[in-house]
Amino acid sequence: MSGARVAWTVTVAALALVPAAAGAQTLPTSEDCRDCHLGLPDVRLSAPARSYEGDVHAAAGFGCLACHGTGGADRLDPAAGFLSAPLRGEIPGMCGRCHSDAAFMRQFDPGLRVDQVAEYWTSGHGERLRDFDDPGVATCTDCHVAHAIRPPDDPASSVYAANIVATCGRCHADPQHMAGRDIDTDQVGAYRSSVHGGLLFDDGDLSAPVCNDCHGNHGAAPPGVASVRNVCGQCHSVMADYFDQSGHAEIFNASDLAGCALCHGHHAVQPASDETLGERSVDVCLTCHTPPDTLGLEFERMQAVLDTLEMARQASLRVLEEAENMGMEVSQALFELGDVNNIQTRAHSAIHSFRVDPVREQVTAGLEITTRAEERGLEALGEHRFRRVGLGLSSVVIVLLIIGLLLRIRDLERAEEA
Amino acid sequence: MKGEQATGTGNVTRKRFVDWLLGTSAGGFVAAVFYPVVRYIIPPEVPESAVSSVTLAFTADDVPANTGRIFKFGTRPGLLLKTPGGELRAFSARCTHLDCTVQYREDLNHIWCACHNGHFDLAGRNIAGPPPTPLERFDVNVRGSQIVVSLRG
Amino acid sequence: MATASPPDVPAADAPAPVGRGGRISAFVGWLDDRIGFTAIMPLMRKKEVPVHRHSFWYYIGGMALFLFVLQIATGILLLFYYRPSAEGAFESIQFLMAEVEFGWLIRSIHSWGANLMIFMAFVHMISVMLLKAYRAPREITWMTGVGLLFVSMGLGFTGYLLPWNELAFFATRVGTEIPGVLPVVGPFIRDLLRGGEDISGATLTRFYALHVSVLPALAFMLVALHVLLVQRHGMSVPPGIEAEGGPRRSIKFFPHFLLRDLVGWLAALAILAAAAAFFPAHLGVKADPFASAPAGIQPEWYFMFMFQTLRYLPPEILGIEGELVGIAAFGVAGLVLLVVPFLDRPEAPDAKPSKLWSYLTYAALAYILLLTYLGYTFDPTT
Repeated sequence: MSGARVAWTVTVAALALVPAAAGAQTLPTSEDCRDCHLGLPDVRLSAPARSYEGDVHAAAGFGCLACHGTGGADRLDPAAGFLSAPLRGEIPGMCGRCHSDAAFMRQFDPGLRVDQVAEYWTSGHGERLRDFDDPGVATCTDCHVAHAIRPPDDPASSVYAANIVATCGRCHADPQHMAGRDIDTDQVGAYRSSVHGGLLFDDGDLSAPVCNDCHGNHGAAPPGVASVRNVCGQCHSVMADYFDQSGHAEIFNASDLAGCALCHGHHAVQPASDETLGERSVDVCLTCHTPPDTLGLEFERMQAVLDTLEMARQASLRVLEEAENMGMEVSQALFELGDVNNIQTRAHSAIHSFRVDPVREQVTAGLEITTRAEERGLEALGEHRFRRVGLGLSSVVIVLLIIGLLLRIRDLERAEEA
Repeated sequence: MKGEQATGTGNVTRKRFVDWLLGTSAGGFVAAVFYPVVRYIIPPEVPESAVSSVTLAFTADDVPANTGRIFKFGTRPGLLLKTPGGELRAFSARCTHLDCTVQYREDLNHIWCACHNGHFDLAGRNIAGPPPTPLERFDVNVRGSQIVVSLRG
Repeated sequence: MATASPPDVPAADAPAPVGRGGRISAFVGWLDDRIGFTAIMPLMRKKEVPVHRHSFWYYIGGMALFLFVLQIATGILLLFYYRPSAEGAFESIQFLMAEVEFGWLIRSIHSWGANLMIFMAFVHMISVMLLKAYRAPREITWMTGVGLLFVSMGLGFTGYLLPWNELAFFATRVGTEIPGVLPVVGPFIRDLLRGGEDISGATLTRFYALHVSVLPALAFMLVALHVLLVQRHGMSVPPGIEAEGGPRRSIKFFPHFLLRDLVGWLAALAILAAAAAFFPAHLGVKADPFASAPAGIQPEWYFMFMFQTLRYLPPEILGIEGELVGIAAFGVAGLVLLVVPFLDRPEAPDAKPSKLWSYLTYAALAYILLLTYLGYTFDPTT
């Protein structure tokens, strides 16, 4: 090769490298994304950049390109995998890239599960997304607000226990959004009026069940009719056991009747009340237990038995309170009477055997307590009367003594004057 | 006596009446004072007030291993249990969720609340279910055959 | 030598059946030979009580004495069941009220009796003020009396805490906070009273010691001195009666005045028993140092006027903390009270008694009544 030819090759080779070098120096970083987006006038583009600072992924060191980019030289090239605003159907896969990789997640949060995406595809949301490409169905970023994701134990998180109802309700309580889908939109309102909603919103009891406790998290779907007993039984295990013993589980399942929800409802569960116990049987039990079968009236018998205990408890309480108002010390008796509340709870659990005998057993024990309490109350009232009588007698004695003294004084003085 | 000398038998009767009245009512008064005082000093059937410490009515031998018993701690319910290892422990039996009375479950080897399926371990710590905090723990001392449960510290 | 002296009752009161009386008088004579108590009989027979339009007030002092003895008796009985510890006090009182036979009676008589005794002490002091019974030679009698008033109020204050209930706990905290504003010694005195920085079981033990031994011993000594001096100097005759030439007649203290005393004492006992039956002593809720103070903390009625005065004082008076000015003022008033006999001395033996101190007494009485009333109608939320 001649010297000129070598020089020309070297020069062309060097010149060819320049664009490559220039390209390497100008690759965008996540900070660049943020800086640019923060300055954009359209709030849909600037808001994500602002809120991302509070996101749990930002704290772990992930920037915009971790989800949206490919990491390669062609970062902003859609053809190379850049996801500007991913399609709904792409979102589970995008999140799952990391969250379904156990080895990867172990580096950041070893306790976190890695089956969320798999669960999701079994859920009502996932199935509609996969089978019908339903544009209104929830994906990861609908519940875990994109660019502002917080862990579930953070009170500001959209999936914090107290906030879940609002998160689910954003869609499920919106009739317009749910139009065309075969689902009610009254769940949130019903839940708020329920005993569970009262515990959560009024008492701040975070142990109260919310949507995901019964419906599941990522695999959210209504529990099947046969599963209602199991779902409620997670907490209400005693009632569930009685229900099993009653033999009604198989019968209900066969008739497609949802065990607990049949009498208690599902979202608008009210606290148990004795007054409606008998009425309920008319609605439910008599449908199957037609005469000459008298078992349909078992609830009425239970109500009668429970009523005797409640009336006895109230009568004893009245006597004790009357004694207390008179100033008598009856705190021990009142405490022992308080045990009846425990017994009433047990008796209400026994209702779910759908037989009156277990209920009667509890009530009998309770009546022993109320009888004893009433005795103590009557004793205190008697003691009170005794005090008045004793006072009267003592006062009479003192008055007689005073009269005697006055007479003696008068006699003395008369004798001295004489 | 002066009175007798001055006006005769009428005043003697009157004086005797006043004497009798004074004597009887004074006696009645003394009785009305002494009767309550004597009854007061005689100890009542329950000789002690339930304070920060309670002596149980049953002995340590009455409690088999891996069982529990409810007892009265002043105005609160308490749970005495003997662990499978034979150690006596006592807790407040009031569930920290919604105040139901807990019980010892021999099949689970720990404490359980029937109301909402709350579980507590043998140290009283809340391990499953709704209860937000552990059960209050009491001190247990065995003196001879008697079990004495008292507040911690 | 057994002189078979007549039993210690005047002849007209001979006990009924002669046989029994004979044995009793023989026994009394046997005792007297050994102890010699009948030697004071002549002394006691001599004591006379003047009778005039103000002699009703002579009974009040004896009433206070009776109530004091009653407090000692019921207090000793309460000791049988009371437990002086933060863990046990409340429960022991609860037990006493509920389980012990007549426990409610003993405690209620003690509680109402304390109020009645302090009330009688006030009435006695005011009547002595207005009737000028503190004039020479009765200055020391007066000073022991004022001391007894303070000791009684101290007994009331220490006793109030002993049930260890919510109201008493917070009232004591407020009450012991007040001496804390004194300069230099204030915090020390406060901690000394409390047995620590705040009210605790240590305070209870300390107040218990004060209430059942220190203050009663002090009271007993003052009472003994006070009664001995009254015996020595006799009953004082008010200046008005002296100006009229003295009382027209007098009755023997023993047995006439004493029997009348007895009538009053029995009536007081009956009233206390009725109060115990209809308004048994209040117990309430056990003290919880970590709970917030309930609304409506107030001291007992005999401290109310001072407490209400402190509430009305502005935060600062002439650069000094308002509360301090109030406490200093009451301190000065107490000292003045103590030395009244030396301040109200007539210039000449027959000079007309000064009306100044009577007016001051009426003014002080009006002030106390007004502020006590205001204290009970005060609404802390306005």
